Order: sequence, then C-alpha cells, then structure tokens
Amino acid sequence: MFPDTCRFHIAPYIQDFVEWLNFICGPTFNAFSDSLRIMLINLEHLLLAIPWWLWIIVVTLLAWRMTRHPWKTITPGILIFTIGLFGLWEIAIETLAIVIISVILSLIVGVPSGIAMAVSDRVETVFTPVLDAMQTMPSFVYLIPAMMFFELGKVPAVVATFIYAVPPVQRLTNLGIRQVSTSIQEAAVAFGATSWQLMREVRIPLALPSILAGINQTTMMALSMVVICSMVGAGGLGEEVIIALNRIDVGRGFEAGWAIVVLAIIIDRLSQGVAQKWHIKSN
Amino acid sequence: MQNDSEYLVEVKNIWKTFGNSKKIIPRKLIRTNINARDRKIVAVNDVSFQVKRGEVYVIMGLSGSGKSTLIRCLLRLIEPDSGTALIEGKDVTAMDKRQLTEFRRTRVAMVFQHYGLLPHRSVLENVAFGLKLRGVERKEREQKAAEVIEKVGLKQWEKHYPSELSGGMQQRVGIARALVQDADLLLLDEPFSGLDPLIRREMQDELLRLQHEFQKTMIFVTHDLNEALRLGSHMAVMKNGAFIQEGRPHDIVMNPVDDYVKQFVQIARGVVKDSPDKKGKIRSLPRRASGQDEPIIVGFGR
Ligand SMILES: Nc1ncnc2c1ncn2[C@@H]1O[C@H](COP(=O)(O)OP(=O)(O)OP(=O)(O)O)[C@@H](O)[C@H]1O
Ligand SMILES: [Mg+2]
Repeated sequence: MFPDTCRFHIAPYIQDFVEWLNFICGPTFNAFSDSLRIMLINLEHLLLAIPWWLWIIVVTLLAWRMTRHPWKTITPGILIFTIGLFGLWEIAIETLAIVIISVILSLIVGVPSGIAMAVSDRVETVFTPVLDAMQTMPSFVYLIPAMMFFELGKVPAVVATFIYAVPPVQRLTNLGIRQVSTSIQEAAVAFGATSWQLMREVRIPLALPSILAGINQTTMMALSMVVICSMVGAGGLGEEVIIALNRIDVGRGFEAGWAIVVLAIIIDRLSQGVAQKWHIKSN
Repeated sequence: MQNDSEYLVEVKNIWKTFGNSKKIIPRKLIRTNINARDRKIVAVNDVSFQVKRGEVYVIMGLSGSGKSTLIRCLLRLIEPDSGTALIEGKDVTAMDKRQLTEFRRTRVAMVFQHYGLLPHRSVLENVAFGLKLRGVERKEREQKAAEVIEKVGLKQWEKHYPSELSGGMQQRVGIARALVQDADLLLLDEPFSGLDPLIRREMQDELLRLQHEFQKTMIFVTHDLNEALRLGSHMAVMKNGAFIQEGRPHDIVMNPVDDYVKQFVQIARGVVKDSPDKKGKIRSLPRRASGQDEPIIVGFGR
C-alpha cells in the first residue's frame, strides 16, 4: 500500500485558482456567457420558427442542386422526416443550434489563426504541438475547463465543442495556403501584388477547397461532441442518449442515436456538396 | 524623365548564390558554378549586360545555367547578392518595398514558362489581374483586357477558365496579361518551352508581330538556338552562371567562342541530331534543385 502519510493534493489549489480567476475575470466570463446564451436562444427560436415541411423542401432542393440524382435527392428529406416521426424534432433543433454556434466560433478563431500559421513559420511551430495535443486529448477533457468557467448548461457545452472542433479547420487552412503553387504566386508577385493582395487574390481563393474540407471536418467533430456535452447539461439529443443509457432503454437510445446520425449525414453531404461545387468551378 | 540613355536596361555585376552562407565569394575562387567546399551553388556569376530600347535580347544556355535566376533578379523575385540593375535609369536593387511594388506594377511585365495563370479566374480576369492590382476600375480594366485578348486571338475564350485552354492558348493569355500592363520592358522566361514545335513556331511569329506592333523591349530566355536566332537582335550565351559569349546572333553562329557554344550551333543545325554529344551534357538535362519551375519536358524523349 502507498503510505497514508505521503499524500499531497493539488485539487484545492486548482479550486482556489479557478475561484480567483472567476473573481478577477468574472464579469467578462458572465458577459460572454450571457451573450452566448442569448445567441443560442435566438438561433433556436429561429430554427424552430421554420416549419418542418419547409426544412424538408429546402434540404431536398439543395440536394437536387448538388447531386442531380433522384435517390440522393429524396433520401435527406425522408431522413429528416424520421426525426419528427420519432418525436425528436425540438430536441434535434436544440442540438443543431449548439452545433451551429460552436462551428461558427471555431471558424472565427480557426480560419484566421490558420492563416497566421501559413504566413509565419514561427506561429506554425508554436501552434502545431498545441493542435497535436488537442487532437489526441480525449474529448471529455474539454468539459473540465469549460465547466470551471461557465458552470453547467449549454454555454460550457458550446465552449467545449468549440475547443474540440477548432483543430481541423485551422490545420487545413494552414496546409491549403502553404500548398498553393509557387509558380502562380510568383507570377502574382511579379505583377506587383503586395503580400496582402497575394493573400486575398491568390492564396486564400486557391486554398478554399482545403479550407472547406476543414470546415466539413470541424462540423463533424462538433456533432460528435453532442453526447459528451450532455454530461454538463447541454440537453438536446445527447441527453436523450444518456437518459436511455441510464434506464437501459435500448429503443429510445436507438432513436436518439439515429437522429444524431441523420444530422451528421445531412450536414456532411450538404457541406461536401458545396466544396465540390466550388472545386469544379475553379477547375 | 531623366532617361536619356539609349539603354533601357543596364545590368552590372549581378551575383547570386544559393546555399547556406551569405558571404560573397571573390571571383577568382570560382571556376564552376558548383562550389563543393562551401556546398554553395553560384547561379549567377558576375553578369553584366545592356539592352537597347525596342530590342529583343535573348539569353541562352542549358538547363541549370542560371537564366531563370538572372531574369528573376531583375524583378527581385529572387534577391541578388550583389550588383545593380538599372531599368529606365532607376536602380531596381536599391528600391524599397513600396517602390518595388510600384515598379513591378507599371514598368515591367513578365511571361512565365508555366504560365502562372490563376485557375479560379476567367481568361478576362486573368488578363485584367495586373490592372486590378494597380487599382484600375473594373469597367476600364476589363475593356483594356478585352482589347488585348482580341489582339492575341482569344476573343471567344474570354469567359473560359485556364484549365479549358490548350498550352498554347494559355501562354497567349500569359502574353496578353503582360501586354495589357503597357510596360516598356517584357521579361520572358522560356515562354514557349512547353509547347510542341508547330505551335511554338506560330507563337514565335505571333510574338514578333506583337513586338512590331507594340514596340516593346524584351529579354527572352530560351535554351533553343533556333528560337534565339529567329527572335533575337542581340544574344548572350550563359554557362555555369556566367555570360561566355555575347553579341549579334549571326556573329555567335559564325564565331562560336568555345566548344560549348559550338555544340549549340551544331545541334541547331541538326549536325548532331540523334547522337549524344561526347560528354552527354547537352542531351541529358541536369537534375534541378530549383523550386520555381519543374524540369522541362521538351527535349527529353527525342
Ligand atoms: N531556390 C533555389 N535554391 C537552391 N538552388 C537553386 C534555386 N534556384 C535555382 N537554383 C540552382 O541555381 C542554378 C541555376 O538555376 P536556374 O533555374 O536559374 O537555371 P535555368 O538556366 O533557368 O535552367 P532551366 O533551363 O532548367 O530553366 C541551378 O543549378 C539550380 O539548381
Ligand atoms: Mg529556367
């Protein structure tokens, strides 16, 4: 046995530190938390205000525009219909709102920092190990800091999802920009492009397929956090899954899981469709 | 302007080395362009030349002889280690960032071997690109671009993307993009090397016609003596980064200064058509370390 006298806990110190941080930055955290919550509520209302049949029509039309294939066009609509059929419509919308806000935050942070990584080798060397660590860390871990500062509810869920989902878009933005052909860049410079013009007119547009792939991956990562986030009280489909687990209610768990998969498939297809459309145009 | 000199371009003692150390190597120490002890490549070895207004000045040499590096030094796409380049009386090597940008936008335009067109922009937008960088209004720049596109014979292709065009057509776009800048000096780095012989000849004629029409001064890089003879009013032969012979094309053909130049002349005349030369130098293109261009395919499998 490990001797009882030889004990040392850092837990109280961490607790103290968090309390101190909350004391110092409390108002900032609160303001952030409040504005995030308001955004979430508004988005949720907005998404719920769209009638279910309009969702199906819009998604079907988008699918048609992208695939021009009869089966691929009608399946998304049918899949969405099943979510309503299982009585999970409002709950799914709740999840969707969390995912959308997290993805937007990830893009706001990930794309510019990816650009910074592409511009400066030093920034890249700083970020690369951080991103590596973030991607190897189990996603549960992100709940801890999020909970520390934002307690329970949807806000820590959004924060944790955001941290978890940032790396792909940041990496692929960096990679995409760095991979732009040097001979095209050289030509632009020879015609007098400043580094800003080079970035805006040449590097970012040519990196766009890669950036879009990053956005797609980020969105998928965000969706995969849904169940985990319900552990801090995010609600939504994840909560359904957790409840089903606790009650060993396989049927209910399956329905909620199904709804998550449907969301994933549809978001994935639609965002890939956009990326492909763009790719074809530029090629 | 204070530009009374008959020379548009005056290049003096340009040096460029690639490698780890930055110090300039004294001339006497350099025999070949590869300095094994320093692990340093001398890409441009003390080059000086002058180009008159309205003239086509051809720089010729084998792959790896430093032609691209030299021509890029004139625009400071590659920073020369030392030396000066006066263009229209202004020292390019002494310009600060803002002056350099301004200079690239207005005084000189370049055509690249690999075209360097923007794949996400239509032909029209590609040609108008330089004007856009300058801040010219959309309507004006598209009108000017359309005029030049018509001159290079691509009128019905304006709305297409570069990937929909053949190599020859893409290079026409590259030339139009340079012409629309309305700069006095054009730099062309092996613009026709990627094209098949027939198209190539057609493009050479086209370039001569355009030169006649626009009265540009051109610095034209090639490794094909026939091309040099067709286009050049002056030419220089480059080897291991240095100019080994310079003069009128006719004189160079009549009086090659050494075996290296002689080999060029013989190949151009078809004397050593299929037998590789003694040292195997001309037939086999050396592997290149440059990240700028890919190896040239023309001449490999013939
Ligand atoms: N960025 C670079 N780093 C290191 N070495 C380089 C670089 N660019 C060019 N070199 C070297 O400098 C020498 C001259 O290259 P350059 O591209 O100017 O030749 P070139 O005459 O244009 O050949 P080509 O006919 O193949 O275009 C070559 O030996 C090449 O390997
Ligand atoms: Mg070259």
